Amino acid sequence: MRDSEIDVRMLGMLGLLLALWIGFNIASGGTFLSARNLWNLSVQFSAVAIMATGMVIIIVSRSIDLSVGSMLGFVGMFMALFQAEWLPKVVGFDQWYTWIVVLIGGLILGAIIGLIQGAVTAYVSVPSFIVTLGGLLVWRGAAWSLASGRTIAPMDSTFQLLGGGSRGALGGTGSWILGAVAALAIVFYFANDRRKRSHFGLKQRPVWATATMMAIGSAGVIGAVWVLNSYYLPDNLARQVAAERGIQYTEGMQIPLGISYPVLIAVGVMLVMGFIANNRKFGRYVYSIGGNPEAAELAGINTRWTIVKSFIVMGILVGIAAAVSIARLNAATSGLGTGAELYVIAAAVIGGTSLTGGIGTVSGAVLGALVMQSLQSGMVLMRIDAPLQDIVVGVVLVIAVAVDVTFRKRTER
Amino acid sequence: MTTPLVEMQHMYVSFGGVHAVQDVSIELYPGEILGLVGGNGAGKSTLVKTLSGAQKADSGQILINGSPVTIYNPRDAKALGVETIYQTLALAENIDATGNMFLGRELTSGLGNLDDSAMEAATRQIMARLNPKFENFKQPVARLSGGQRQSVAIARAVHFNAKILIMDEPTAALGPAETEQVRQLMRQLKSEGIGIILISHDIHDVFDLSDRISVMLQGRLVGTVDRETVTMDEVLAMIIIGKKPGEVTETELEELHG
Repeated sequence: MRDSEIDVRMLGMLGLLLALWIGFNIASGGTFLSARNLWNLSVQFSAVAIMATGMVIIIVSRSIDLSVGSMLGFVGMFMALFQAEWLPKVVGFDQWYTWIVVLIGGLILGAIIGLIQGAVTAYVSVPSFIVTLGGLLVWRGAAWSLASGRTIAPMDSTFQLLGGGSRGALGGTGSWILGAVAALAIVFYFANDRRKRSHFGLKQRPVWATATMMAIGSAGVIGAVWVLNSYYLPDNLARQVAAERGIQYTEGMQIPLGISYPVLIAVGVMLVMGFIANNRKFGRYVYSIGGNPEAAELAGINTRWTIVKSFIVMGILVGIAAAVSIARLNAATSGLGTGAELYVIAAAVIGGTSLTGGIGTVSGAVLGALVMQSLQSGMVLMRIDAPLQDIVVGVVLVIAVAVDVTFRKRTER
Repeated sequence: MTTPLVEMQHMYVSFGGVHAVQDVSIELYPGEILGLVGGNGAGKSTLVKTLSGAQKADSGQILINGSPVTIYNPRDAKALGVETIYQTLALAENIDATGNMFLGRELTSGLGNLDDSAMEAATRQIMARLNPKFENFKQPVARLSGGQRQSVAIARAVHFNAKILIMDEPTAALGPAETEQVRQLMRQLKSEGIGIILISHDIHDVFDLSDRISVMLQGRLVGTVDRETVTMDEVLAMIIIGKKPGEVTETELEELHG
């Protein structure tokens, strides 16, 4: 089993998620596992998942970022004003390039905020807890000041697609194609790994382990696509969309939504961040700093700059999440993202990230985000009051970490 | 006379008024093992840290191959061919042996992606020489035994073609068999022309391996002696009472054993 390198923790988390889903499905009389609910859940989970992938990097390197919720509000407000007020004054509304200009602007702003917070943390040696606690206040205030507390709406029509909605999805055929490509990529990835290891004459994992991982991965992708493709546009929207696509609408026609753009973005971010964490020097340095900052320094790593980079990455991810959030709401409010930092940190921690640093995975954090969102969604379906929801989420957070810590103690050494 | 590989001249280091190293000058020649000994807090580790880039000196000059160099950080030192095995080993506990071995100097493919297979293969190769029983290439080093961890630290220092090797208590966590392997390795490196600074509490170790021995006491250099010309007692006298072989009296030597 040890040779197989199958992540037992990860399997446990998947088991927990499965139990949660089945439990909620029974408690909600079958609504929870409906395609519609899962589709909505997938869209809602995206923003937190995107930010959680960055929070892992931050926490693994022994920092914390408490400011992500406020940053989300500030960057969101900036992008909203950019596309709804500033840019139209110059070029008019609904230019084809509006969305990309605004998005890039938002990402740059996020990166700059990250650069500032990271630099103060790394070069001035103010603990990141304090820097970002300050940031939590500063960026929230800045979000309010930017629009004097107004709500800014609507968003550019192309930009809106980033938030999902009836048009912001790949559709049935596109989703199947993407799913098939992804499934093949998974198989290819494991096959390539074996080829490379045999090239260097290194020990292989057992064939059954490779095959199992290939199977679970591909089946998971195909299954997810199948679920998302089982959610059809409601009648009136289906009529509109059919007309737009030049299809003859017939009564009861089923047009699948497929994978929504926010989910696509979240999955893309997860893959990129996972790759950075495992296959790039930056990722390796982040883990080494978390494991032993002194050793990292003595190994010749520029630890300060690595910390700054991790905050820049976090800022960019907050920018992406902000774009998804305001696009989904089709508006920006100065309160956008309030409390999001807690959900993002909780997602990372439930996903196995250790606050003492050095331990945590991007995929775990995404799974953590999925657990958090499932809890919330399930409790809403069961009509549990908001205060009780908070209590449950809080208790689950503590229990999850307690189980994790105990599990780790037992497997280590 | 050959140019020394390293000359450290009039080095000073202080920590908030405490003089850890005061006016210490040592030299290291190619193919030589220089033992650096002294009691706890004598300043040995601090002195060599100024050479490995882990500690900034307040003043003093370092020459490598006769030319003055500035070493601000470990990167500078490594670029000059100075490798160090720290007493603490300086391993990232959460990363595996291969990752630690190449930490800060990862092998990458053309696109800058980590080439884990190539790094593991290289690590296996060097480990086969250093510690043939070593098998845990994919475990975080936190799960390895003290000896295995030390092997990783040594392998890392040796792999990158060091010209100058600093070994701070390199055999502290090793059993007799591994210790012998390390000694063997040191003799081999020495024959390849590498200069080694060996810090050790074990006076027997130092006496066995060193060509010359520098003794420090309370931040100052007591003196540097040829191993051939001194007895172990005379070195002990230098360590404990700070007197050179000529200065020390018979009675003082007797008292050391008292």
